[in-house]
Amino acid sequence: MILQVEDLSVAYYGKKIVRDVNFSVEKGEILVIAGESGSGKSTILKSIGGLLGKGGNIIDGQIFFDGKEITNLPDSERRKISGDSIGYIFQNAGASFCPIRKIGEQIFESVKSHRDWSKNDFIARAEEIMLKINLKPEILEEYPFKLSGGMAQRAGILAATILEPKLLLADEPTSALDIVTQAGVVKELLKLRERLKISIILVTHDLKIAKFMADKVLIIKNGSQIEFGTKNQIFNAPQELYTRELLEAANL
Amino acid sequence: MKSLTPYFAAAGTLIFIAVFADFLTPYDPYVQDLEGALTPPNSTNLLGTDRYGRDVLSRVIVGSQTTLCASLLLLATISTVGSVIGAICGYSGGRLDTFLMRLSDIFLAFPQMVFAIAAAGALGGGLLNAAAALAVIGWPKYARIARGLVLSIRSMTYFDAVKMSGSSSVQILFAHVFPNIAGPILVTAALDIGTIIMELAGLSFLGLGAMPPTAEWGAMMNNGRSMLQTAPWVILAPGTAIFITVATFNLLGDNLRDVLGGQR
Repeated sequence: MILQVEDLSVAYYGKKIVRDVNFSVEKGEILVIAGESGSGKSTILKSIGGLLGKGGNIIDGQIFFDGKEITNLPDSERRKISGDSIGYIFQNAGASFCPIRKIGEQIFESVKSHRDWSKNDFIARAEEIMLKINLKPEILEEYPFKLSGGMAQRAGILAATILEPKLLLADEPTSALDIVTQAGVVKELLKLRERLKISIILVTHDLKIAKFMADKVLIIKNGSQIEFGTKNQIFNAPQELYTRELLEAANL
Repeated sequence: MKSLTPYFAAAGTLIFIAVFADFLTPYDPYVQDLEGALTPPNSTNLLGTDRYGRDVLSRVIVGSQTTLCASLLLLATISTVGSVIGAICGYSGGRLDTFLMRLSDIFLAFPQMVFAIAAAGALGGGLLNAAAALAVIGWPKYARIARGLVLSIRSMTYFDAVKMSGSSSVQILFAHVFPNIAGPILVTAALDIGTIIMELAGLSFLGLGAMPPTAEWGAMMNNGRSMLQTAPWVILAPGTAIFITVATFNLLGDNLRDVLGGQR
């Protein structure tokens, strides 16, 4: 088991956003967290990644990653696993790069926080990955605003996976993209899982993507867990009324 | 896009004059010649002489060194210190933030010049004390701006992204926070040069800044004040110098803002 979440409750400024959520992810597995906008999906992902930010607190429950508890890690400990064994892909990857510095420089900088690779090592590794995710090597020398949505998202994948993390957290990685680019990014993520045996937690409101990618699905409504099960259970034999409603709304 | 070259050239000339003032003066600005006191402008003393017979042009040139160097140094200090304080406040938040921001509120609550006069008076005059008094009231503005900018950067996705990549706080501050706030801070500083020159000259005019016989524009104007009707050149020369310098730097700041798109 790579990640286990037990009775997780999260509050922002004292207001409970997520209540008693339980799930687990095995090595090489893709878990999709699905639900409406504002249901607390991203909050769950942020609490795993340690990105809750100001006013956000895990008020109850525990998160275990790779056998160790990471529920409320101090910054210095969190830094060691962030980017190294846990990667994060953002909804708007273009905005996840600092606007005034070149893509390659930024990724190299985050690599240096964990490994003492030389610039040439880094470029070699980056280009190897870029080849696999259809990204031109020249991108490393570009500024973020020059990238299209799909390219930025792939650059985001490069940044999140260059250190071969065990767990990849993806927050609506496709929702800012057009259908064709969406399909491309989804395929890259699936290939990535094949190649690295990486576990992925993907947050989305798009049940079609969930059905295409997921091994397990967690359905969330208003911060509470509605249903958690394998793809088969959720899509073919949903137990809860809300799950059925969601599936109907998505024409599945 | 507007060209900044003429403004930079003008400001550069002023700074050049200030730096090499000692080599550009036609006469020694401190040598007195009581026989030739208050000579009107003529071919030997282009801007006339003051009441001690010192060449006004030489004193204006040397005065630019005092005024400009002191102002620029002061500005560099307060904008750097202020921005760093503000950036740390915005970045760390919490009690430190509350404490420093309330402190800056206290300084912002006073009329700036009145506070500077009181502080410089209490410290006992002198250019250094005047600069210190202006520094004390000057930093909160930069701290405020920097803090606001940092807060807006904190809410950006890329800030989460660098945190998620495992960078340390120091790395994040130097690689991502400071470079991103530098533009607006620079523009604010450029727009501030004129004000600082005026304030410093103002304190000197009141006798709280540069001490005689140091050539300083504000002090020179005070010297010539009583002779405005009989020997207007004594007060007009440093006054015009202040006017030209302040106007030049304000124009530079305005145009820099237009080009860099800073906020004010």
